[in-house]
Amino acid sequence: MTFPKIPASRRSILQGLGAAAMGISFGGLAGCEPAKKKLNFYNWDTYIGPTTLGDFEKATGTPVNMSLFASNDELFAKLKAGNSGFDVIVPSNDFVERMSQANLLMPLDHAKIPNLKNVDPAFLNPPYDPGRKFSMPYTWLVLGIGYNTKTMKDGKIPDSWKYVFDSDTYAKKIAWLSEAGDLVRLAAKYLGHSVNALDDKVLADVEALLTKQVKAGNILRFHSDDGQDLLAGGDVDVVIEYNGDIAQKKAEMPELDFVVPVEGSQFNADTLAIPVGAPMPDEAHAFINYLLDAKAGAAISTEIKYPTPNLAAKALMPDSYKNNPIIFPPAEALAKCEYAAFAGAEMAQKMEELITRVRAAAGMPAEEEA
Amino acid sequence: MEQSWRQAKGLFLTLLSAPLFWLVVFFIAPLSIVWLYSFGQNDGLVDIAFTGTWSNYAHAFSPLYLNIFVKSFWIAGLTTFLCLVIGFPVALAITFASDKLKPWLLLLVMLPFMTNLLIRTYALIAVLRTKGLINMGLEMVHNSVNGMTGGALGVFEPLALLNNNFAVVFGLVFVNLPFMILPLYSALDRLDKSLLEASLDLGAGHIRTLFNVVIPMAGAGIASGILITFIPALGSYLTPDLLGGPDSQMIANVIESQFKRANNWPFGAALSFLLVYLTFIAIAVQGVLEARARKRVA
Repeated sequence: MTFPKIPASRRSILQGLGAAAMGISFGGLAGCEPAKKKLNFYNWDTYIGPTTLGDFEKATGTPVNMSLFASNDELFAKLKAGNSGFDVIVPSNDFVERMSQANLLMPLDHAKIPNLKNVDPAFLNPPYDPGRKFSMPYTWLVLGIGYNTKTMKDGKIPDSWKYVFDSDTYAKKIAWLSEAGDLVRLAAKYLGHSVNALDDKVLADVEALLTKQVKAGNILRFHSDDGQDLLAGGDVDVVIEYNGDIAQKKAEMPELDFVVPVEGSQFNADTLAIPVGAPMPDEAHAFINYLLDAKAGAAISTEIKYPTPNLAAKALMPDSYKNNPIIFPPAEALAKCEYAAFAGAEMAQKMEELITRVRAAAGMPAEEEA
Repeated sequence: MEQSWRQAKGLFLTLLSAPLFWLVVFFIAPLSIVWLYSFGQNDGLVDIAFTGTWSNYAHAFSPLYLNIFVKSFWIAGLTTFLCLVIGFPVALAITFASDKLKPWLLLLVMLPFMTNLLIRTYALIAVLRTKGLINMGLEMVHNSVNGMTGGALGVFEPLALLNNNFAVVFGLVFVNLPFMILPLYSALDRLDKSLLEASLDLGAGHIRTLFNVVIPMAGAGIASGILITFIPALGSYLTPDLLGGPDSQMIANVIESQFKRANNWPFGAALSFLLVYLTFIAIAVQGVLEARARKRVA
């Protein structure tokens, strides 16, 4: 018998517990010693090596205080009200764009980050941050379809978005992720558009596609980034998820697998950045530089199992990580993937309302069942 | 005779100052800001301009959001009704239990409060899911029947208990039942038992006594039970999010997505305040009903 685990993905557990709003603090009882100023690091949950912070303090003498956030929206909301003392933050790609547009990020001094040389050149000039002016790459992720190899019809790999968006092959055994923006962009990708070419016509087509699939009753639920648990519990057969989440789950359940659909998909990247008003910008640069170090980076990747853009760190990793086709999907699949640009607040609101309409169209509740 | 607060104004004000301060600083002030937001507009990515616009409310009254309000009312109303139907016999049973047993029964009713709502909801998921306790139990029975009859029942199909509106109502009843039982119990416990004896002595049956004597006299308890079950159920967020299916979005889920993902605080504030206004109306209606009931008794 399988019991549900409280989803422990980096995005969801704190969100659920509501604890994130307070920002759990991992500082020790530093008050006993002569006060040494601490570097404040604002990070996702389970997103750092077990000894990384202590090692940094040993190397540089600067203690680090880590607080956790559960979603980019939370990070944005916290900094939008004024920086309350964070030195280093970990925003995702579209939020790097959004925060730099809102003048919330400090430009980085590359001279203070020599370990930039460790980073894969492919990550040095991303569309969301040309020239890496505001952010350093930390990890990247790709969305795709997580599936259970034992329940696939005819043993076929669900290598198209068709299986989740436009088919009843796995009726009632499909879960979509609940992030409106991601969902709309992936559906647009299935319809043959770029994730960054959403006009009203494309949005209308996407809405028709999603509404039809939901109305047919093919979708079990919208999951909040705990799709790997739905898959592991046998509730669904196919699920839209991030590669890292499925890679972590496959370690426990070998029958799970992950595919980047043939139509292509969407990349996400988590980055290291310094918010405007950081109290210790020099130490913040030193910390970012330390996280990009080969050994430190390898220790982090060993723990968190997300793909690293740090070539020097990757070289130190075992083959089970380097050659893992889930963590590093084949190049020809990745060639069709894109980063989603931040399309403006109005577009975000449009997509949110689109998904609200899709869900409302699924039918009036309660009468039949109860 | 109780002493009127007018005779000890100084003491009264001293005692009142701390909670009043709390109420103003941590409740009224922040809520007023959100209320002002509901008349504002997004100004760029970060700021909200107070323009006194009604456009947020106009948007909230579009059919899409009205339908979601109606749906939320439906679910909350059904939840309240089920809580009443289930909770009334339980409260009645506790009232007539022996004095030794009573505190234990009350403790049992309150026991779920000692666990976080999230944990209780995940526990429900463990019971209801495809490979949960109920479906696994049914499968065991199914397989043993199949074993005895040589497969007469065919392949076991697990029941769809989770990720639908049934699960949402089930979860809400599970969570809100104590809120219904406790006020019902406190109303029933104060009831003069000799009236029941009189009713029975004069020839009314148990059912008739229940409907003609007990329920009218417990009216205030029923009304407050309905109110404090209905209001949280109407604004429930976690339960539809975790137990519901694709169509189980309630108004609180929409508000959450407006504040967080859509970053549209003014519109989220307008939706929230519509919910607040509706709550005020519900409380006012309850007050009127109670006053009328009191008049009838007097």
